[in-house]
Amino acid sequence: MKALCWHGKNDIRYETVPDPEIEDPRDAIINVSSCAICGSDLHLFHHFMPSMKSGDIVGHEFMGEVMEVGSDVKKLKVGDRVVVPFTITCGECDQCRRGNFSLCERSNRNKAMADKVFGHAGAGLFGYSHLTGGYAGGQAEYVRVPFADETHIQVPDTLTDEQVLFLGDIFPTGWQAAVQCDIEPTDTVVIWGAGPVGQFCVRSAVLLGAQQVVVIDNVPERLSMAQAGGAIPINFDEESVLGRLQELTHGKGPEKCIDAVGLESHVPRSPDSVYDRVKQSLWMENDRAHVLREMIYVCRPGGVLSIPGVYSGMVDKIPMGQLMNKALSVRSGQTHVRRWSDDLVRRIDDGQIDPSFVITHSVSLEDGPEMYNVFRNKQDGCVKVVLKP
Amino acid sequence: MNRSHSYMSHSLHGSDRLARGLGWFSLGLGLCQVLAPRKLTKPLGMEGFEPMVMACGAREIACGIGALSTNPTLAIWSRVGGDALDLAALAAALRDKHNPKKENVGVAMAALGAVTALDLYCATKLQKRYAYQAGPTPDYSDRSGFPHPVDSMRGAASDFETPKDMRAALPSPAKSPGPRVTPTTRSPIE
Ligand SMILES: [Zn+2]
Ligand SMILES: [Zn+2]
Repeated sequence: MKALCWHGKNDIRYETVPDPEIEDPRDAIINVSSCAICGSDLHLFHHFMPSMKSGDIVGHEFMGEVMEVGSDVKKLKVGDRVVVPFTITCGECDQCRRGNFSLCERSNRNKAMADKVFGHAGAGLFGYSHLTGGYAGGQAEYVRVPFADETHIQVPDTLTDEQVLFLGDIFPTGWQAAVQCDIEPTDTVVIWGAGPVGQFCVRSAVLLGAQQVVVIDNVPERLSMAQAGGAIPINFDEESVLGRLQELTHGKGPEKCIDAVGLESHVPRSPDSVYDRVKQSLWMENDRAHVLREMIYVCRPGGVLSIPGVYSGMVDKIPMGQLMNKALSVRSGQTHVRRWSDDLVRRIDDGQIDPSFVITHSVSLEDGPEMYNVFRNKQDGCVKVVLKP
Repeated sequence: MNRSHSYMSHSLHGSDRLARGLGWFSLGLGLCQVLAPRKLTKPLGMEGFEPMVMACGAREIACGIGALSTNPTLAIWSRVGGDALDLAALAAALRDKHNPKKENVGVAMAALGAVTALDLYCATKLQKRYAYQAGPTPDYSDRSGFPHPVDSMRGAASDFETPKDMRAALPSPAKSPGPRVTPTTRSPIE
């Protein structure tokens, strides 16, 4: 089959690789009809995620038709149309039974290695390094889905691929980020980053009834897309983030802050951001933390910091004194996709939201590698790329 | 039609590969200059210029690291600048009446000229390729994602109840902690 494979920094290739096979009776093979490039795939592209191997198939946002099922698969049959959550879930372990699907204790088959790095490992993920199980990803014609009975979302035929594809990651990720804020009708919710996840944070915060939703970025078309979804845009190249937030919250600061940027945050003119860049390129820290520092600083005392943005390892200069004295709560984690997906399918079906608004580019899988560059450099107004195998 | 080598199917293009090659070259040359400057000054008849060569070496190493990073554009442009400085230094050596090795200096200049051309070509290509936010900026102001005007969608999902494990740590005025508990001398267990 054809797939997009990782070969090192900036190096993704469209290649022929062996077809996946059922390896465990609980597996299913999916014939991919649509997949997408995620912002977090750029962290792989830039080789900020450790434990990638040359030839690894990337991609964790995909959907398609069930082609083959293992003998123990009960809830799926050949021909079913499914979206696959990027977090692989067994559905039976202690964490899965609590609904913490991204912390599944069984699905990471490289648990021993991941336990050493993280203390205790999280779930297996598709196409996202060997630390998360080394599973082949979904930017491919076919994918093997482990624990298939649990790791799938059934979607009605009346909805198009474009409407449901993002149920596998970015929609529930934005939703969980907003849910973790426990939004009150009086809240101001501020979202750093107007990328695809940031866009879904905006819509989720609006649907959940926030009084004010603010989004911070410097890419004009992304800001205007966020504004269309109900956010007040702040372009940090043009105005002071601190000043504007003070004004919008009558000097009290936003109650809820969401980091939809993660480890590659960069504000060219901010000294701490330059400091991070230098340290990161000298391998003295893994992640750049400008957004975290700003969130901690501006948040109203007693507020909540919700962090869906991906971090990989060590960060430097986190103002713990501010965090502690302001009694801030930090909520983070990979998305417990399955916990929200059925409810979100219903909301799409009910017409509360149509997630396809975020798609700006749709190309063949073969053209995928170059789209990594276009997406990374934010060329052509690129916000979200869908690939068709 | 065999399209396996189409322009789009590899994320690394010729200019990216060239930048990498130049990056490794920079690193190698830089290390030589820093560790063994006399190996360069002697054949060029430029003895006494070792500190300058070592400084150039440090510059080369920095360019090399930059050229191997996720965005090599700036580093390759710096190489172009560095090349110009090096050419000027060699030109000075060529004009020096007392330099006994002018022939070698000429050869070095020719080689450096070729590398400069390569750097310049690469830098111009990269400039386009890595141009941030290049291309047309479309209008997305109609992409709300909602079927109705935003204001009528605010709170549309208020049927959703925040799970216990995700409630705000500190109570909001709406969910106030209630009246103060009066201390009592009675034992709570009765
Ligand atoms: Zn993703
Ligand atoms: Zn589990």
